[in-house]
Amino acid sequence: MDGNSHEKIKQDPNYQELVRRRSSLGWTLSLIMLVIYFGFILLVAYAPKFLGIRLGAGVTTIGIPIGLFVIVSAFVLTGIYVSKANSAYDTLIRRIIER
Amino acid sequence: MKKLSFVLAIAMFASLPTLALAAGAIDGGTKQSLNSVAIGMFVAFVALTLGITYWAAKQTASAADFYSAGGGITGFQNGLAIAGDYMSAASFLGISGLVYTSGYDGLIYSVGWLVGWPIVTFLIAEQLRNLGKFTFADVTSFRLGQTEIRILAACGSLVTVAFYLIAQMVGAGKLIQLLFGLDYWMAVVLVGGLMMIYVTFGGMKATTWVQIIKAVLLLLGATFMAGAVLYKFGFSPEALFAKATEVHPKKTAIMEPGSLISNPLSAISLGLALMFGTAGLPHILMRFFTVKDAKAARKSVFYATGFIGYFYILTFIIGFGAIVLVSTDTAFLDASILEKTKSGIAAIKGGSNMAAIHLADAVGGNVFLGFISAVAFATILAVVSGLALAGASSISHDIYAMVIKGGTADEQDEIRVSKIATLFLGVLAIILGIIFENQNVAFMVGLAFAIAASCNFPVLVMSIFWKGLTTRGAMIGGFLGLISAVVGVILSPAVWEATLGNPKGSAPVPLDNPALFSITLAFAGIWLFSVLDRSARARADRSGFDAQYVRCQTGIGAAGAVTH
Repeated sequence: MDGNSHEKIKQDPNYQELVRRRSSLGWTLSLIMLVIYFGFILLVAYAPKFLGIRLGAGVTTIGIPIGLFVIVSAFVLTGIYVSKANSAYDTLIRRIIER
Repeated sequence: MKKLSFVLAIAMFASLPTLALAAGAIDGGTKQSLNSVAIGMFVAFVALTLGITYWAAKQTASAADFYSAGGGITGFQNGLAIAGDYMSAASFLGISGLVYTSGYDGLIYSVGWLVGWPIVTFLIAEQLRNLGKFTFADVTSFRLGQTEIRILAACGSLVTVAFYLIAQMVGAGKLIQLLFGLDYWMAVVLVGGLMMIYVTFGGMKATTWVQIIKAVLLLLGATFMAGAVLYKFGFSPEALFAKATEVHPKKTAIMEPGSLISNPLSAISLGLALMFGTAGLPHILMRFFTVKDAKAARKSVFYATGFIGYFYILTFIIGFGAIVLVSTDTAFLDASILEKTKSGIAAIKGGSNMAAIHLADAVGGNVFLGFISAVAFATILAVVSGLALAGASSISHDIYAMVIKGGTADEQDEIRVSKIATLFLGVLAIILGIIFENQNVAFMVGLAFAIAASCNFPVLVMSIFWKGLTTRGAMIGGFLGLISAVVGVILSPAVWEATLGNPKGSAPVPLDNPALFSITLAFAGIWLFSVLDRSARARADRSGFDAQYVRCQTGIGAAGAVTH
């Protein structure tokens, strides 16, 4: 890339939209993951008995679905990012390159 | 050279059964009797992977082929390879063993190992692919001082790789001793030797395919085991849990967090190390350069997250299955320990890490036991190969080509240095593996994650996103993170008391994992010394950011798929 082309790209509204949308989605999803995970860790550290509450008459505790939820949420959040990026960002990048 | 690989392959083959037989004859206490099915399956795996190495060697000519498989790996394949790097024997046997002894606590660990992946997807994967070529130092040194930053990155990479490698080698020796009846030192030499063959001849292409095959085998094996366990309980997890709480000495306490995580700060510190360490492991970061573009990079983490999450759910079921089927069957228990403790959980032959292996026997008989044993061995081989390649790349690409030769190294010379570095690392790993045989190395994986999280990750993320970062800030902050992580681990209870034998409660640092303060120190150091930096170098560092950011976002100018 030569010295001026990145200045030109920076002025491109497509580029500005790409950066704005990608950064806000990336940081928002990261924050959600942090909140979910450290929420779980804080429960483990400060309220282990809460995770030991039984569901119904059986021995299965509420901790099992909560743990599974954290695992599944990691996968789902990644999926949300990838599908957004595949549909929206790649089109914007193509437009920037075409200019 | 190709002829040599062929000769070595034959020699390996010819020597394997004899080695095993010779070792089987020596009585080694906890050593398992010779398992011919396991050895047969393992030999088949080695034959297949050596064949792949031969094929990969023919296609590995350029530095791009060697370091990044020529960028020709698809997103799905890379997802499997990343998952394979992560599903090490430690996580398969260790987590199922932890579930076996403590139940719910095992799930807490699995969750921690997984949640780093979304962060890698959101903040690292595409950026890495757009900015780098072979190693993550390509990214951190993009606009900063090449020499200083490459040295920092190489230190961070090599220390991480070294600790991870020692932990894997010692684990490998112990496991193979148990599974195949091989002597410890022979097992370590065998793993080190095969690793050197894969990496020196086949480079990234062979390393990736070995990892993919192993990941598929491990996922299939674990799926079968978990399926067989659930089948016995009419596919009702509640029925499985009910039976497990009935036979486990801790009863229903295994369904909630136990004693494993007692100190809240320790829990948070470990969580930070696991989450951000993932985003700083050099052998994982290197995988993003093997795909065509940023789109493939992001897809590969998505697949990897899915595979790893699924795998951890399986290990949870496997651990509970072992509580029910292994701890109640005297065939898998040590009679003298059972006599003393009256607990099937404590009396398991070979220790809790063998829970999944015995369960394989319980649900699938000798043939399936052989299959799972061979897969466990294959897992170690594949993981150490990835580690060796990452370490060797750091030496040849970052230190030799960029620092010593100032970026003008001849490509073939660079590959040669990388191969020599691999041999050096292989021999070193064998020697360290033998030295550490009787040491408790469990802390080393945690240490590797702590260093990756405190040195590699902060520098990487700040170099991508913060315009104000300067060479001096990255250097000081990065080394602060590295040193404080190492010192923090040495002064922690796990090393100060358990390994060095100081009295209980005397550890100067109460946290088992130093990530909480070492990550903070690294980020604070990077920020402070960058802000205070008024040098000419700092001005150049900051003014290079805009061009870097445009390339990072769009991929315009990124290293191409095949030619660089």
